[in-house]
Amino acid sequence: MAEVLVYVDHVDGAVRKPTLELLTLARRIGDPVAVHLGPGAEEAAKTLGEYGAVKVLAADAAEFADYLVVPKVDALQAAYDAVSPAAVLVPSSAEGKEIAARLAVRIGSGIITDAVDLEAGEAGPVATQSVFAAAFTTKSRVSKGIPVITVKPNSTAPEAAPAAGAVEELAVSFGEKAAGTKVVARTPRESSGRPELTEAAIVVSGGRGVNGAENFHVIEELADSLGAAVGASRAAVDAGWYPHSNQVGQTGKTVSPQLYVATGISGAIQHRAGMQTSKTIVAINKDAEAPIFDLVDYGIVGDLFEVVPKLTEEVKTRKG
Amino acid sequence: MSLRIVVCVKYVPDATGDRHFAEDLTTDRESVDGLLSELDEYAVEQALQISEDADDAEITVLTVGPEDAKDALRKALSMGADKAVHVEDDDLHGTDVLGTSAVLAKAIEKTGYDLVVCGMASTDGTMGVLPAVLAERLGVPQVTLLSEVSVTDGKVNGRRDGDTATEQLEASLPAVVSVTDQSGEARYPSFKGIMAAKKKPVESLDLDDLDFEADEVGLEGAWTKVDEATPRPPRTAGTVVKDEGEGGKQLAAFLAERKFV
Ligand SMILES: Cc1cc2nc3c(=O)[nH]c(=O)nc-3n(C[C@H](O)[C@H](O)[C@H](O)COP(=O)(O)OP(=O)(O)OC[C@H]3O[C@@H](n4cnc5c(N)ncnc54)[C@H](O)[C@@H]3O)c2cc1C
Ligand SMILES: Nc1ncnc2c1ncn2[C@@H]1O[C@H](COP(=O)(O)O)[C@@H](O)[C@H]1O
Repeated sequence: MAEVLVYVDHVDGAVRKPTLELLTLARRIGDPVAVHLGPGAEEAAKTLGEYGAVKVLAADAAEFADYLVVPKVDALQAAYDAVSPAAVLVPSSAEGKEIAARLAVRIGSGIITDAVDLEAGEAGPVATQSVFAAAFTTKSRVSKGIPVITVKPNSTAPEAAPAAGAVEELAVSFGEKAAGTKVVARTPRESSGRPELTEAAIVVSGGRGVNGAENFHVIEELADSLGAAVGASRAAVDAGWYPHSNQVGQTGKTVSPQLYVATGISGAIQHRAGMQTSKTIVAINKDAEAPIFDLVDYGIVGDLFEVVPKLTEEVKTRKG
Repeated sequence: MSLRIVVCVKYVPDATGDRHFAEDLTTDRESVDGLLSELDEYAVEQALQISEDADDAEITVLTVGPEDAKDALRKALSMGADKAVHVEDDDLHGTDVLGTSAVLAKAIEKTGYDLVVCGMASTDGTMGVLPAVLAERLGVPQVTLLSEVSVTDGKVNGRRDGDTATEQLEASLPAVVSVTDQSGEARYPSFKGIMAAKKKPVESLDLDDLDFEADEVGLEGAWTKVDEATPRPPRTAGTVVKDEGEGGKQLAAFLAERKFV
């Protein structure tokens, strides 16, 4: 069977969930070959093999951390040359998309970004995308070259399918452009201890209605009672009430959880773009005319400071 | 030596309008009102700030797009850019990111540049990859997705807020930069700016001027193909109730019924 390259997103060898989804999707097209850059390949290989990687091509070099994007493109291209795959799959993070797009130019292939599903097709893999703020669903494919496709988190449920997953060293020689953009400092983001926004089954978001950073604990308490991630609208982020990394929407994260709770959010098109594909949507807003109510399965017209604490209390009671 | 800045801006259908596909499954740019992509206003703003800090700078705004894309160029000129280049050709209809980036790269080289500034993503295609592709094609450093940017002594510095870390980046000019909507509010064109923009030069280029053959771009030349576009079925109307003191409890009961609690 043809091989499919899967670019691994990991933190020091801890493989992130979207990569497991990619391995699962890759198996619909061929045999997944994982590409692991940076430290922790041996550790990662156990997980990658469990989810179907037939082998793990690994390279570690200081360049990956010291310079932006290009060294990783050089390495992915080396893997591409070594394997001659039927497709290349990359997680749809900001960096993942840039790596994938530069590879596509180099190998003369088309690129599809932000796929939410992937199937094998007669003329190559068919990617499903959600476009125009999720108003349309499209099916597309790469018509020239070897398909390069980036896939969004939460696109499928990861399924284990044990394979060998042995680590093989990948030889990479960096091009002269690799050192073009230097990373002069890096400050890791502190973990909130809550689930990752794009991976969470439940997301509770707060907007301008939360009215101040000091009130966001009301949203966090509800999130914690449900085991949810916390999101925010751009209005709340721009006001400095919550970090930008938690923004949901067009210029923030796209989330597609089982349950999305919007509190004090009007539901502007750019916000909907990031949450419209959630399975169940509920909203609390004091304005009965707010457009968010067009999307809801259940909505409460009311003051969030009245409704949310009581909801949190009731959830806790029911959970015992 | 003057600092030559090229800002890439896109003319896009208004996101608050009824965006849809044309019969050939390309984005319908005719029946929906268009405008300068809001995310490219941030690029124009940062270019203006960089030029204000430089001794001597010239800003060219560049677009690849249909005739109406002139509106986007006018807006950028009225914000304060110096001149504009419009790549316009019927054969460009349906061009995808690889084709657009090839055309932009040639137009940028023809114009001459030290710094290219892009937005973080177009609001219609939302790929967010064109700046990286441009850097690849031009063979210069990519310094992308910046929430802060500055240019001093032939170097560009910036802050990139990633998923797992915040990075400080540095590269030598020439370079391609993209800026996010966290980089600072874009200015409104002043009345004076709007009047001045009417006199600023807008150069038109077609594919011939850039040495492209028609089949290298457009729908035929595209590297990707859309086979199907289906409107998302409207969500079935849900229950909306007014809080009379029991809203929290009612919502909890709903969540329990759906097995979230
Ligand atoms: C190019 C571009 C990109 C954008 N990207 C994003 C994005 O990624 N994400 C995003 O969210 N936005 C984005 N926006 C902004 C978007 O257009 C809206 O401005 C934003 O989503 C509004 O946030 P909000 O709903 O919190 O605020 P508002 O629209 O002000 O709504 C606040 C709501 O809270 C309600 N409320 C107030 N007090 C209470 C209370 N006590 N109890 C209950 N309800 C209350 C009000 O009735 C109102 O409906 C973008 C805009 C542009 C132009
Ligand atoms: N047709 C175009 N003309 C000029 N600039 C463009 C065009 N398309 C995209 N860009 C630039 O590339 C950025 C990212 O676009 P994209 O990768 O399409 O999301 C935009 O913010 C613009 O700066």
